[in-house]
Amino acid sequence: MKTIKVRYFAMFREHAGLGEETLQLDVTTALDVFEQTHARHGSTEPSGHCKVAINDEMAEWSSSVNDGDTVLLFPPVAGG
Amino acid sequence: MTAIPCCCFRRSLVVDMFAVSDKHIAVDALREQLMDPGAGGLCVFEGWVRNENEGRTVERLEYEVYEPLAVSEGEKVIAEAKEQFPHLQACCVHRSGLLEIGDCAVWVGVAAPHRDEAFKACRYIIDQIKVRLPIWKKEHYIDGDSGWVNCERCANV
Repeated sequence: MKTIKVRYFAMFREHAGLGEETLQLDVTTALDVFEQTHARHGSTEPSGHCKVAINDEMAEWSSSVNDGDTVLLFPPVAGG
Repeated sequence: MTAIPCCCFRRSLVVDMFAVSDKHIAVDALREQLMDPGAGGLCVFEGWVRNENEGRTVERLEYEVYEPLAVSEGEKVIAEAKEQFPHLQACCVHRSGLLEIGDCAVWVGVAAPHRDEAFKACRYIIDQIKVRLPIWKKEHYIDGDSGWVNCERCANV
């Protein structure tokens, strides 16, 4: 198990009802974090529409997460 | 409303940059910043808040921005434009917070020796900003409802 701080933005924050939480998760990749927290908060947005960052660096869904990392989950972006 | 010329903070250091502002975008100051004796023209894109989307009447917009990564990714986009089209000067400011109809939500300016690279670089920057930066748009409708907007290109991935 790893201690992961997960941060939620925009619609993800509204679904979760909070901006961040620290969880004990059995995860290897950023996608594992996405899927486990999605199930937990009832979100249905597919990962292909979303983006992820680890410790304030843009990352891939296949990127490894380590104990103590902060994972930022971004719902579909809409700048401009 | 106070006008903040965001890009002028670092004028003496570097012109190529991206900024997020929760204030009205002072477009004249940004335009002046990009003036250069070697530039033969300036191409500008201004994104405005419009009063309708997909048949619903929009009253106002709200932009949520994760600024640390929006700025770093925005600066990467501008650096990529400069790599593709040398000798240009470029700057972009994106709004955060609540915006009213007609407000400028995003400003992109590219000054270049010739119009072709100015148009192409400006198009590249706004297109990438829309799909890469951690920025979210919530529409507030006239009927009191509201909803997050999904970028079309992202939704088609």
